[in-house]
Amino acid sequence: MSGPLLSVRDLNVRFGTKRGTAQVVRGMSYDLHEGETLAIVGESGSGKSVSTLALTRLIPTPPGRIEGQVLLDGDDLVTMPEKQLLQVRGTRVGYVFQDPMTSLNPVHPIGRQVTEGMRFHLDVSEHEARDRAVDLLRQVGIPGAEKRLDDYPHQFSGGMRQRVVIAIGLACDPKILIADEMTTALDVTTQAQITDLVQHLQEERRMAVIWITHDLGVVAGIADRVMVMYAGQVIEEASVDRLFAEPRHPYTVGLLMSLPVLGDLRGEALTAIPGLPPSPTDLPDGCSFHPRCSFRDDERCLTEQPPLREIAPGHHVRSFYEVDDATARAASAAQRIEVEPPEASNDDGSPDAGPPGGGRP
Amino acid sequence: MNDDRPEDEARPDEAPGDGVGGLERPTGEHRPRWRETLGIVLANKLAAFGLVVLVVLILTAIFADLVAPYAINAQDLTRRFEPPSLQHLFGTDEFGRDLFSRVVFGSRVSLQVGAVAVSISLALGTFIGLISGYRRGWLDTVLMRTMDVLFSFPVVLLAIALVAVLGPSLRNTMLAVGIVFTPIFARVVRGSALSVSQDLHVRAARSLGASDLRIVFRHVLPNVAAPVIVQTSLSLAFAILIEAALSFVGVGVQPPEPAWGLMLSDAQRYRTQGWWLSVFPGLAIFLTVMAFNLVGDGLRDALDPQQRSVIESRGAGGDA
Repeated sequence: MSGPLLSVRDLNVRFGTKRGTAQVVRGMSYDLHEGETLAIVGESGSGKSVSTLALTRLIPTPPGRIEGQVLLDGDDLVTMPEKQLLQVRGTRVGYVFQDPMTSLNPVHPIGRQVTEGMRFHLDVSEHEARDRAVDLLRQVGIPGAEKRLDDYPHQFSGGMRQRVVIAIGLACDPKILIADEMTTALDVTTQAQITDLVQHLQEERRMAVIWITHDLGVVAGIADRVMVMYAGQVIEEASVDRLFAEPRHPYTVGLLMSLPVLGDLRGEALTAIPGLPPSPTDLPDGCSFHPRCSFRDDERCLTEQPPLREIAPGHHVRSFYEVDDATARAASAAQRIEVEPPEASNDDGSPDAGPPGGGRP
Repeated sequence: MNDDRPEDEARPDEAPGDGVGGLERPTGEHRPRWRETLGIVLANKLAAFGLVVLVVLILTAIFADLVAPYAINAQDLTRRFEPPSLQHLFGTDEFGRDLFSRVVFGSRVSLQVGAVAVSISLALGTFIGLISGYRRGWLDTVLMRTMDVLFSFPVVLLAIALVAVLGPSLRNTMLAVGIVFTPIFARVVRGSALSVSQDLHVRAARSLGASDLRIVFRHVLPNVAAPVIVQTSLSLAFAILIEAALSFVGVGVQPPEPAWGLMLSDAQRYRTQGWWLSVFPGLAIFLTVMAFNLVGDGLRDALDPQQRSVIESRGAGGDA
């Protein structure tokens, strides 16, 4: 495969609000190739969901405004007429949303929901659509699929519902699947099964996947490439191995520091990044991260927007300098915030509120 | 696959006994929603009574020719103001017409007015409410403020004004009542549509490439059906009452049509001649309106998820 499947250039998303214009996505650019898995990570409100919804203009405009270029196989989705765009949604770009409890329409049986997209995208009869639905549901691991087509969403458990939602997303064979916090609402066992499932389907169909999450553990397991977003900007982009081994942006370093390490028995408290992300209607001058940055060592941080620089092949960082491993470790030791374990003596005995990371009596 | 146990346990609203065999649960036991709803309505004794009255009433209206022993306007001036007897169950009126026959034929007028008027307001109101709730923005503001203006008039007054403009007749009465009720439906539908439009499944449908039209009719409309059904039933009662009131004051159905409100109006003129003139048409109105209200209440209980779970747990507490 020569060119990229999806090519995003300088994507900006703004919302007009009562408190001014909210810049939710700022200057985002990336390429996505066939069969690739791109993870977008960031905390709530960093613009990761909106940036992918904007790809097929799923955000309401107005109040939203989308600028830039989104080339899918050469077609610009930003300027495409709405009518044509309806043909793109579902067939070329499919979505799977966060919450399996509400992504399904409670008043329709699931069979009808799986076949709905096929009926208006693919030229299939009701019978064929039903057969395909059974096939899909079997592929995503729903036992007794043909018997369950006429069941309603409330008759399924959370994990099963998420499988149904995935089947709906895959129904029209999209080239790109956008998984928006797909596993967040699920328990860990189910989470693992769903990620395995998607990886398996991805290999089978040569599909590209954009995986939006705030769970770095999931990212490490599945992604080829990772983009870290902060305040609407991509602040670091690298292959997954490189990002975890050699993070170079202060924010990424902070994120990785805040992860518990399995097998680390020293019982040390986790590091937290102090402060909160800025409001998209009131972004700070200079680097958006500077108010929370503990590595800041350049005057330009306060006044100038740092550019996204390529510091190694395929590794981009939006910062004036790079944090090396030694500095990161030293800073994290100095910054360490003690999380006080609850005292055992006046513990009023709530069973599930144990201290994070051990220290049980 | 036995992966979903923790999931099921974490969700108390899942049906009981769903833990281990949850995935392979037989699907045959599942009944269609409307039958479930009907079951709950019938479990409520008052609603069941209301439903029986309604069925009798509707059958009476349909087979009025067979039920009524006399023709609508068969006069017998030798037998004016006869009290109820075996020959004339409800007695006779000032023209010697059989009151029972007229009350029977009157059910046609009442039900027709109710059905047509409520259909008009249901269609108009649902349409306006759906557009408002789904589109929002300035269109919503314009439509809803218009509805508010209609809503701010006393219902009967507005109906009288409309009939005064259009001219009194059965058709115009239905039209007027239909217009008067439109804001009620528009508001109910708009409120629900507003919240349903924000649901993730609506966004999911859009992400599949569904058009606005499709989303509104296939994804939003079915989800707002429950309050609309309840409102329909309650509005039917109210529409019949308004028709009676309009006919009573003389701007509704015109004589010699056998409308209940009209009969009451006549009865008031001849009130010294016999009690039966007012009692039987009044009783007919009372029974009809009450039946619709009882059924409406029953439906509300059955379709309200919170009420429903209470009722279900009460009813099915044993088999958990």
